[in-house]
Amino acid sequence: MKHIDEKAIDEEIKWAKINEDVLRHMETPRKAYWIALATSFIMFLVGLTAEVYQYRYGLGVADLNRSHMWGLYIATFIFWVGASHAGTLLSAFLHIIHAEWRRTIYRFAEAMTSVALMTAAIFPMIHLGRVWNLYWVVPYVSDREIWSNFRSPLVWDAFAITTYLTCSLTFLYVGMIPDLAICRDNARGWRKKLYVVLSVGWQGTDRQWRNFRKTYMTMACFLLPLAISVHSVVSSDFAVSLMPGWHVTSFPPYFVAGALYSGCAGIMTLFIIMRYFFRLEDYMTVNIMEKLCKMTFAIAMVWTYLILAEFAAVWYGHNQADKEVLLAKFYGPFAPYFWAMMFLAVVLPFTLAFQRLRRNMAALMVLSILFNIGMWLERWMIVSPTLSHAYNPESWNMLWPSIVQWCIVFGSLGWFGMIFLVFCKIFPMVSMYEVKEMVFHQKKDLLGHKHGHSHAGSGHVVGKPSVEGA
Amino acid sequence: MSITNLINDWSRYRKGAEEGGFHEYEHQWAMVVDLNKCIGCNACSVACYAENNLPVVGETRFAKNQGMHWMRVERFWDEPDLQPYVATASNSLDAWIEGNPPAPRSALKPSNPAPIAEGMLERDGKGFNEQFGFHGTKSEYQDFGGSFLPMMCQQCHSATCEPVCPVAATYHTPDGLNAQVYNRCIGSRYCSNNCPYRLRFFNFWSYYEDAWPEPLHMQLNPDLTVRDKGVMEKCTFCVHRIRVVKDEARMENRKVKDGEFATACVQSCPTSALVFGDKMDPDSQVAKLWNAHQVKQGPYKQTKENKELRGYRILEGLNTDPSVMYLERVREV
Repeated sequence: MKHIDEKAIDEEIKWAKINEDVLRHMETPRKAYWIALATSFIMFLVGLTAEVYQYRYGLGVADLNRSHMWGLYIATFIFWVGASHAGTLLSAFLHIIHAEWRRTIYRFAEAMTSVALMTAAIFPMIHLGRVWNLYWVVPYVSDREIWSNFRSPLVWDAFAITTYLTCSLTFLYVGMIPDLAICRDNARGWRKKLYVVLSVGWQGTDRQWRNFRKTYMTMACFLLPLAISVHSVVSSDFAVSLMPGWHVTSFPPYFVAGALYSGCAGIMTLFIIMRYFFRLEDYMTVNIMEKLCKMTFAIAMVWTYLILAEFAAVWYGHNQADKEVLLAKFYGPFAPYFWAMMFLAVVLPFTLAFQRLRRNMAALMVLSILFNIGMWLERWMIVSPTLSHAYNPESWNMLWPSIVQWCIVFGSLGWFGMIFLVFCKIFPMVSMYEVKEMVFHQKKDLLGHKHGHSHAGSGHVVGKPSVEGA
Repeated sequence: MSITNLINDWSRYRKGAEEGGFHEYEHQWAMVVDLNKCIGCNACSVACYAENNLPVVGETRFAKNQGMHWMRVERFWDEPDLQPYVATASNSLDAWIEGNPPAPRSALKPSNPAPIAEGMLERDGKGFNEQFGFHGTKSEYQDFGGSFLPMMCQQCHSATCEPVCPVAATYHTPDGLNAQVYNRCIGSRYCSNNCPYRLRFFNFWSYYEDAWPEPLHMQLNPDLTVRDKGVMEKCTFCVHRIRVVKDEARMENRKVKDGEFATACVQSCPTSALVFGDKMDPDSQVAKLWNAHQVKQGPYKQTKENKELRGYRILEGLNTDPSVMYLERVREV
């Protein structure tokens, strides 16, 4: 096997070039960026039209029925909440354990977290019968002393998602302040005004760096358990219920693993897209992609174990209703989707075991999208078969979602793409100061390797803020 | 639940937390459905439509399972080897009433072949299915051997729909009813997903726009609202009738008498298969039937020593503690 350079990034890259490259991506992306933005906008319009139609005529247009009160909306809701998890994993968890390679890609992963959550949050609204009364879910003080029902997982959902959205947006913003200062120093026109406000007077002094580090680390430590709790809460929408196939104890870890899995696959897709759109090949390198693939593979295996454990628990638990739901997935009307899910999300990740594939961007683009289709099917296979095959046989029926549901699901992709792409254009999607640190550390490590460890006593500056002039 | 209430009644809430369930019922409205008597005529369902302003949703929407029948008669076809129920001297209702319960089922032997004679249902050389335009398979539309299960909201005492509603639009009343507050409902539909009986109905459309064209809107019951789209609804045990009777009783300073009123379905049942009443009143017919069949209110599945007692509650094993008792249909095995 030919030797592959394991370096995450070329350490000879100049700091000025980093600034220049990153600032350029916000000004002049490739033409594909504009095509993608336009496509997203059209998709969003399709979804919006469907939603307006549904708002006018009621949820009947979604072809939901007495047994299938939930459908693709809730499945897609879980999908997007799941997609939001990997960003936190990359930025917070890998920050805490000092994984250097995360530094070039965590910014857009975090942006994906926030935007995916915004996408997820619209689904509970879309699916409500009377969305104009949504605020009743929030426990606000009123004269009539009516509160929301704190026993309901949907209320927990509302808390969890708003908390997570607030925190991840704050985390994203705080981590961006040093970069916003660089943008401020180089921008003109409306951008200048925006960055002046957003960079809150960052000058890169020692004190500012110290406070910044502490804040960032504290927030990372807070965000990590929060992210895990959020998807656990989403899973309790199902686990708390009584229905066969939903009333499963292992759902919280299973959902969290699934969330990280689909999120990592989503990051792989966006990695390739961003790299191409914004000409960031020097930063989002193949070596980093390879590490990301390995992480995805590991998480996919954890998730696979949990899904098989769930089947085993149902099978040996020998509860007739649970078992029938499982069998309905295995060879009932849902079998094609179920087995497609098993192939795409369980079998296909094994291809990541091959290094040649891990370094092939075109193949990874296709693979990561297939993983996500598999994971989306998995969420659908959680929601629908149970509703089809619940306890009362009189109400057993099969539901094929109507065109309105499909349009809204499609439109949510457009909504995500639209916000995400606009966000990329306004904010630096590669963390300039962290890349500089990364280059600095890598160079130092190489020097240390060359000269033995002679400098370790004297010029040891690891962990100290190293980019003051940034 | 207001904060003031919570503080004032802390001990009461503690008791509820320790012992589970609600203990201070004024009434426990309950029902008994005798499946021996049910002939599947759907009169109860029709009465419910008329009483509760239920919209007739039309063929297309009904086919999509969006019907609004709070009271429905579920039909299940028999297994092919089961024989149709035929009243005989030993298992007739009269025998029960006279105190001669039928012989234990274990003692019954398989009866003669089906009593429907060869060609009895044929006309002009056509079979039953052909005559009535049923083009399904034989197993789908059999000539005989169905059983009926009238299903209305089971008014569970530990209802699965109640804890999951995000805005507490469905809650338990001191009457032992599972109430649905239309004005509070935001239509998250979690309650329906969590109902093992699938007895909650959602207004998928603005039915009032077309369900009652001009003169028909005169038939709407003024005691109830007409629900708009986006609201969940279900059988209320005709709560508006309960309210009227309770108010009258209070004005006259007396208790509600058994049989003073009945729900629409009970009132219209031609065979008196449905019995409605207050289970807290020991003299009521309902309480007597529950006692006779040794079914107790309580969250757990009850096993009875005497296998001949017919009382059971649907999906009792899920610990939903329903208020509707069914009396098993007796037939020769």
